[in-house]
Amino acid sequence: MRIAILADVHANLEAFRACLDHARARGAERFALLGDLVGYGASPEAVIEIAMALVAAGALALLGNHDEAAVSGSAAGMNDMAALAISWTRRRLTDAQRSFLAALPLTHEEDGRLFVHADASAPGRWRYVSDALTARRSLEATDAQMTFCGHVHRPALYSLGETDKVNTFTPVCGVPVPLARGRRWLAVLGAVGQPRDGNPAACYALLDTARGEVAWQRVPYDIAAAAAKIRAAGLPASLADRLFLGR
Amino acid sequence: MPLRGRTIDGFEVGEVLHEGGMALLYRVSRPDDDTPLLMKVPRLRAGEDAASIVSFEMEQMIMPRLAGPHVPRFVAMAGFETEPYIVMERIEGAALSLRLREVPLPPDQVATIGAAIADALDDLHQQHVVHLDVKPANILFRPDGTAVMVDYGLAHHDQLPDLMAEEFRLPYGSTPYMAPEQVLGIRHDPRSDLFALGALMYQLATGETPFGEPQHLKGVKRRLWRDPVPPRRRQDAIPPWLQEVILRCLEVSPDRRHPTAAQLALDLRHPAQIALTARAERRRRDDILTVLRRRLRPEPLVPRRLDTAGRIAAAPILAVAIDLSQTTDELAALLRSQVQKMLASRPRARLACLHVLRGAAAAGAGDEAAQNRHVQCLLELRHWAAPLNLAQGRATFHVLEGADAAEAILDYARANRVDHLVLGARENSLSRRLLGSVSGQVAAEAPCSVTVVRRRRAGEGDHGPAGSD
Repeated sequence: MRIAILADVHANLEAFRACLDHARARGAERFALLGDLVGYGASPEAVIEIAMALVAAGALALLGNHDEAAVSGSAAGMNDMAALAISWTRRRLTDAQRSFLAALPLTHEEDGRLFVHADASAPGRWRYVSDALTARRSLEATDAQMTFCGHVHRPALYSLGETDKVNTFTPVCGVPVPLARGRRWLAVLGAVGQPRDGNPAACYALLDTARGEVAWQRVPYDIAAAAAKIRAAGLPASLADRLFLGR
Repeated sequence: MPLRGRTIDGFEVGEVLHEGGMALLYRVSRPDDDTPLLMKVPRLRAGEDAASIVSFEMEQMIMPRLAGPHVPRFVAMAGFETEPYIVMERIEGAALSLRLREVPLPPDQVATIGAAIADALDDLHQQHVVHLDVKPANILFRPDGTAVMVDYGLAHHDQLPDLMAEEFRLPYGSTPYMAPEQVLGIRHDPRSDLFALGALMYQLATGETPFGEPQHLKGVKRRLWRDPVPPRRRQDAIPPWLQEVILRCLEVSPDRRHPTAAQLALDLRHPAQIALTARAERRRRDDILTVLRRRLRPEPLVPRRLDTAGRIAAAPILAVAIDLSQTTDELAALLRSQVQKMLASRPRARLACLHVLRGAAAAGAGDEAAQNRHVQCLLELRHWAAPLNLAQGRATFHVLEGADAAEAILDYARANRVDHLVLGARENSLSRRLLGSVSGQVAAEAPCSVTVVRRRRAGEGDHGPAGSD
């Protein structure tokens, strides 16, 4: 089975749609949304509606820190720009959308695969997995052979093997990496809606469970449209500008 | 538990073919399959170095990705969750290590073997893999002479996690061939394999390894500053061109080696066209002061990070086919300007200039007239290339012989791993109709990109004069 794993959509409807179409065209039969459906972008309602429909059809969706903030209204720990976007988002959501977000779980585990928005050692603390050290902390907190997380907006693949050394790798777009069963793996997805690795194309991953392979995908989308909506909504212009740069 | 006699995942396990330091090789077979097969099983004894497990995982990641005649065909594998193994095609030919009994070999044999190995390395590099353990035991030959590289336990794949990067230690037994940058832990440069091949050719040509067989890291590091005894000092019979090639491979800085395995193979197949430098005539090692200076102020060895395929793209082999009898001056100039443009952006590209002697001229090869015609063609090719002002050794000149020009050009491109062919279209539509289109056939069947150069004719397309760009 092919599972499309998407994280950090951040209310970017154009990027979200492009990734879903891309994944379906490549045979994805299941979808996993790893949190942060909202925040930063200007289409939170439409993105949540799509997510609700996917979940109704069997998809997995998890809570991210921006989703949590949009529900609670507390933007503690966020920078000004993110906090501003959250308060804007909060005003737009319907009750149904808000309760959908509020009900999302922090983690999900199935068949030796753990899904989580950020560091698995304390999922509600929203710590970044950004290097070998933080990857080890997350890997040591679980027995799952594969962990998938987002939150960092930059793709990376870590693994821990027989010699207890953490291997770090930057995935190459479209090249499937076999996740050898003798090792434990931590795959950090790039962001669908706000990539920060210098590549503005939307990013998600396709997991082929039969082959035990995961491939990061980059999908071009209508950045101009997404950026125009951010500006029209009166959100900070830099949130629109950064989409073009992938920073 | 001995595996012999058992059936694992449908494979009947036969006798042990080889006991290596890291793994055992068994003969295996399966019903209704005549392919000769072997099963590689890692040694997993108590206290065994855990790095050998990582090495086996690496090989399991890489082998299923590889294809082609220079790699044993991958058949099946199982991971460490059960009984780990890889089943692959068993190569029937002998390992190069058997030839070591006969060293020193004659120079032409060294070149033939070296070119075959360079072909295999080029193929691996094109598939994103640096082998990093090129040594006689890891090179087998198929009955037709095709070299096959085995053992990918230390290899690096530039699109997959490099599990061995954190496990660095001296691969025991391979130290005679290891590149200096590899000693320092740099694992992504395909030219490390060219160094190893240079060390191997040195051994084949002289009977000695260039740096001895050091057992400790300190001894292996000496090659960073201590140059080897020039091969011709050890063996008088070694011609200057072979020493040139070997010592270029053994340059400490990867930038001074051949840019690609394909370019190395091209040299080894055309010894007469190798540009000789001071390396070719060297008769003694560098003096102690030079060595000291190198030791105190070593060259920076960290190469620019280019992926393997990008490195090859930066140093392609271009071939231009010039039909000397048919090409007008105007078309010759157009071909030249096309080639010039292609070379300008890639200073490490090589150019092979080809002409095909056809039919009767080729049939009479051997007599004096044919010989003269051949020499005259070479002179004309050089004359054509002269305005390009290429450094010596950057261009080579080849008069091919064959009844069918397109076939001759295609054969050359295949044998020499040409990346891009350039040729002119016949101007005269009558001869094109009578003889068929060489460029058309080449474009259709070439194993690489093809650029066909044609003068823009008045009334066909643009209204401006030809060559007005």
